[in-house]
Amino acid sequence: MTALDIAPIGERGFLARRVNRLRRAVPFSVGFGIFWLAAMVFVAAFADWLRPYGITAMDLSSRLVGPGDPQHLLGTDELGRDVLSRLIQSIRISLVIAFGATILSGMVGTALGFAAAKFRGVVEHLVLALADFQAALPFLIMALAVLAFFGSSMWLLICLMGFYGWERYARIARGLAISASAQGYSSAVVQLGAKPSRVYLKHILPNIASTLIVSMTLTFPEIILMESSLSFLGLGVQPPESSLGNMVGFGREYLTTAPWIMLAPAVVIMLTTLSISLVGDWLRDKLDPTIR
Amino acid sequence: MIGFALSKLLRAVVTVFAVMTFAFVVLRLSGDPAQVMLGPDVPTSAVDAFRSQWGLDQPIWVQYLAYIQSILTGDFGVSMRDRAPAIDLVMERIPATLQLTIPALFLKLALGIPAGVYAALHHQSATDRGVIVLSILGFTIPSFVLGLLLVLIFSVTFGLLPSGGYGSWQHSVLPVIAMSIGGIGILARFSRSAMIEVMGQPYVRTASAKGVRWSDVIWRHALPNAAVPIVTIVGFMVGSLIAGAVIVETIFSWPGIGRLLVVSVTNRDLPVVQCILLMIAATMVVSNLIVDLLYGWLDPRLRMQAAH
Repeated sequence: MTALDIAPIGERGFLARRVNRLRRAVPFSVGFGIFWLAAMVFVAAFADWLRPYGITAMDLSSRLVGPGDPQHLLGTDELGRDVLSRLIQSIRISLVIAFGATILSGMVGTALGFAAAKFRGVVEHLVLALADFQAALPFLIMALAVLAFFGSSMWLLICLMGFYGWERYARIARGLAISASAQGYSSAVVQLGAKPSRVYLKHILPNIASTLIVSMTLTFPEIILMESSLSFLGLGVQPPESSLGNMVGFGREYLTTAPWIMLAPAVVIMLTTLSISLVGDWLRDKLDPTIR
Repeated sequence: MIGFALSKLLRAVVTVFAVMTFAFVVLRLSGDPAQVMLGPDVPTSAVDAFRSQWGLDQPIWVQYLAYIQSILTGDFGVSMRDRAPAIDLVMERIPATLQLTIPALFLKLALGIPAGVYAALHHQSATDRGVIVLSILGFTIPSFVLGLLLVLIFSVTFGLLPSGGYGSWQHSVLPVIAMSIGGIGILARFSRSAMIEVMGQPYVRTASAKGVRWSDVIWRHALPNAAVPIVTIVGFMVGSLIAGAVIVETIFSWPGIGRLLVVSVTNRDLPVVQCILLMIAATMVVSNLIVDLLYGWLDPRLRMQAAH
């Protein structure tokens, strides 16, 4: 065996070890989840370039074409609109709403939780009462009432969805902030004369962020499901704009003649929520010190 | 224990009151039901007459006080559309909804908890992994997608079961399945993790080390301790017995509360919507209250904590 032979084997061994380590660190299902989510984010970001047709471009001569057609890979709907193009646009809309809403509800919930932890007394009771209220009225029902009476717009939808799950963040942030403020580091910065805003945002927040991020990964798929449910009922995203739930809702009328209109977005919803759950669970095991 | 129960009861009452106020304020702020009820082409005098008939011309706080007063005397208002008492309209729909949600609840309990406990007792085995995968699949499929897939398979392709409507027991098979799969997945997951947690505790090890029969270790030592998180989830499911069927009822055109809500909301029938919201909130609050009291019974530590 010469030195020349050894080098590539060593190289391969190194690569194989890296791959092996990666495989041990990231199970297959999680790897798939990350891949799928990355693909979804890519599609959402470059929707305008990826779409073969406009989402409202009708072609009445090729209505209800089945999938596999060279012109329309996923077929067309009842107005001859390309299902793939609409799917790509829907992915973008649904992700934007879910993303905006998750961040909003995380911020609202954390701020209220911090306020409860800081001021205690009346403020704390008020926040907890609000959380009770939110838990008593199922979100779908509340959203249904608000959207139907106010009419649906993209901004109202995001703001409304931004209330989804805030009470969980509020409870978590309150609990963690109360226990954190009893710890040395926060009383140290208080003694040094830091303002409460500085103590909470610069010192306590980074220390409890991992738990909050994990709850975000749990809320995110629920928001996607909630938005698609509302859109499915015709109260969420309004045509001509389209979202995943709204595509399923309209595709429902063609269930017998053209099931692909409904199946394509349904599969995307399922794979996306599945991926987030898989990745979220894995992240929770890795990051969250409060759960085992 | 009585102090504990009373403080919980007080919070429950406050919560129902908050929901009532929320429903009232949001629904009044959102525009004039007169326009929707009467259409765009009616003369102003008719609109004014409608408004004064329903008290909509009064200042909002006068309307609110009147509303609270009538609720307290058991009067839930009259449907603006049917002129029937709102509470009657709601009550006559409740049985249909319960006909779906109660079997679904039983299915969730009967399949979810045993699956989770079994998986936990065979931690890391192939069965355990199978249960995890199935439960994740179960709760990531939205009920409307599952409902439509079931229709596509069982009604359209094989023609075995009706795709919608109300009547025989065959009509309720698909909706009940569509409604319970998600809950089965959630319950299996929660009972599994609660059980795994408990099985690692010292008292379980002690019990099995001192020679307690294995079935007694499970039934008397492990399960009662795993019950708290499971009871939380079950309580939530019981609380949504009335509210949980909106989507599925819509898919299967089932004449329950969910459909009534969607229809009344579209028609801006304020009294009916308010009545439904109140019903839903009351159910939820009562079941949360029961769960809270059960906690105190299941875990005396929580009771002591609340007393201090």
